[in-house]
Amino acid sequence: MHIYSSHVLVCSGTSCTSKQSPLLIKKLEDGIKRNKLDKKIQVITTSCLGLCEEGPIVVVYPEGAIYSNVSIIDVDEIINEHLVKGRIVKRLLSGNNEGNNSYESADFFKKQERIALRNCGVINPESIEEYIALDGYQALGKVLTTMTSEEVIDKVLDSGLRGRGGAGFPTGRKWLFAAKAKGDKKYVCCNADEGDPGAFMDRSVLEGDPHSIIEAMAIAAYGIGSDQGYIYVRAEYPIAVKRLNIAINQAKEIGLLGDNIFGTDFSFNLELRLGAGAFVCGEETALMTSIEGKRGEPRPRPPFPANKGLFQKPTILNNVETLANIPVIILKGAKWFKTIGTKKSPGTKVFAIGGKINNTGLVEVPMGTTLREVIYDIGGGIPNGKKFKAAQTGGPSGGCIPTEHLDVPIEYDTLIELGSMMGSGGLIVMDEDNCMVDIAKFFLEFSVDESCGKCPPCRIGTKRMYGILKRITEGKGEAGDIKTLEELAESIQAAALCGLGKTSPNPVLSTLRYFRHEYEEHINDKKCSAGVCKELLDYIIIPGDCKGCTKCIKVCPTKAITGKVKEPHIIHQEDCIKCGACLEACPFGAIIRK
Amino acid sequence: MKSITELNALRKKALKNMEVQKENHGYKIVVGMATCGIAAGAKLIMSTFIEQLEIRNVKVSVSMTGCVGVCRLEPMADIIDELGNKTTYIMLTPEKVEKIVQSHIINGQVVSEYTINSTQAIF
Repeated sequence: MHIYSSHVLVCSGTSCTSKQSPLLIKKLEDGIKRNKLDKKIQVITTSCLGLCEEGPIVVVYPEGAIYSNVSIIDVDEIINEHLVKGRIVKRLLSGNNEGNNSYESADFFKKQERIALRNCGVINPESIEEYIALDGYQALGKVLTTMTSEEVIDKVLDSGLRGRGGAGFPTGRKWLFAAKAKGDKKYVCCNADEGDPGAFMDRSVLEGDPHSIIEAMAIAAYGIGSDQGYIYVRAEYPIAVKRLNIAINQAKEIGLLGDNIFGTDFSFNLELRLGAGAFVCGEETALMTSIEGKRGEPRPRPPFPANKGLFQKPTILNNVETLANIPVIILKGAKWFKTIGTKKSPGTKVFAIGGKINNTGLVEVPMGTTLREVIYDIGGGIPNGKKFKAAQTGGPSGGCIPTEHLDVPIEYDTLIELGSMMGSGGLIVMDEDNCMVDIAKFFLEFSVDESCGKCPPCRIGTKRMYGILKRITEGKGEAGDIKTLEELAESIQAAALCGLGKTSPNPVLSTLRYFRHEYEEHINDKKCSAGVCKELLDYIIIPGDCKGCTKCIKVCPTKAITGKVKEPHIIHQEDCIKCGACLEACPFGAIIRK
Repeated sequence: MKSITELNALRKKALKNMEVQKENHGYKIVVGMATCGIAAGAKLIMSTFIEQLEIRNVKVSVSMTGCVGVCRLEPMADIIDELGNKTTYIMLTPEKVEKIVQSHIINGQVVSEYTINSTQAIF
């Protein structure tokens, strides 16, 4: 038997035959013979392959390449490219147009609108050429050669862009104040000291698209009349630092930073400053103090940074995500930007979703998208069929949004009304297994740790609140505790020096607002129905269900369980450390936590 | 940079360079190399791609990019063909990379069970 090294299968089912597959066979055989390949390649007529809609179908083995909608004029290409030279004709491959396997086609991306993250995952962040290829530095060119600085600020004002760092102050207004301020030297700073637990959108932009920040800062500098910028980035982001350094050097090399950019009088220099990991340095005045080389502590405002900021000169400070929007707004216009999002909060917001959710990750959605869409349509819902309880936004400055507000559109003002805030964009999803008192305690512990200690309301107040919460979760809550918590919260909000201090009681206040019954349950009944607060739990064996298999006795690390084989066992509460090992080991579900 | 004309010339050249080159076997490989990717092992994935291409003596450009947001599916890589079609492979291992190079790069067959739209990655 003759052995062929390659086979060409041509479908001759009714459908493909009616689409002229017999003619294809003839032309293929002729072509193979002409190229003297007939000893090596055999053309085989097959019955229906089932892809009638894409017929006529030609399959080439051993590669298994399936060509669809093959017309008579394609045959020469298949012969010359594939059969002679061994190169697959990708144009004709089945499923080339359908069966899209790119990430953009996944459901996760369908409801997203990418402005700040436009280049993340698309370009090589260490190549200025790729950034330029996708319209990079076009906005800077446009601004420097065709617009006055007033026009730049007007455009940003008109776009309605608000600060993405959390507070939502209109970016254009900030720029306008600094532009109007008198001073021989002005500064542009970028806040890349992302510190909220669970938030990492700024890191993603810095690592994926560092040039967009450089371009935006140069535009801002032109707008306010500055020639020097600083990016304050946390040292815990080594990859971001490395790529920013590469990007700055590349921009300097081809003259997009430095003197006389685009042949104009405009000069701009940019430097990195690394933060040493203090959360408070994300606060604007503390950040500037830290850049000055002093201990990172906030200072009272006024004077506001727009008048007296870095080195006592007029300064603007914008968050990474805010800046990432700027080049797009300049190129596509304020009008376009306002078509996205809501009237009061135009544009998009990037969220880092984490916690009890199937698709953890980064999403960018138009403002006004509801929490339900973010959690269920994009986030894929809660794992293990559990019930949604609340979502925490805004990190230690924010609060919880319970189930009843799932359909509220997310924008700055609605979140404030709900007792939370946008924050930098961390979104932590909690299910029925989360105890809200414990959550409040977690965020307050963070604030206690990170309080810089300059002002007493924050330094002492948060510590006292934390102490009360700790007592409550240990089952030592007292009748007046909730009232004391509220009083302390009010004083801190009124008297703390900086934004971080003022907002630190928010996690407690918002959980008190929506989950007061959980606090009351902890204090009055000494119970934690979510089963989180260890001191309020007892592990108990139901005698009727216990078969006396001794499995729990073997796993108990403190020998707190006793009992004979085939007789119900007992957990001795005084020795139990509530680790839960017995609950997991019991094959009969005889151990419960209550 | 002295003028917009200069920028546009650079842009044109860069766009051309970004296209998938014919001599590069008609493909371009892009590995996600943000913190999330690197933490999940993207450096090994990138070196495996390079190694596998070398073994087979195929010239394909391998470059990197940032985070697309589905950090839980890292390490990820996109394979882009000369028509601009993009296939995103997820949760890569060196073994998967070997199969992808063999099947997708050499034989033009997408390994659909490793792509983002395969059943194991259902959203």
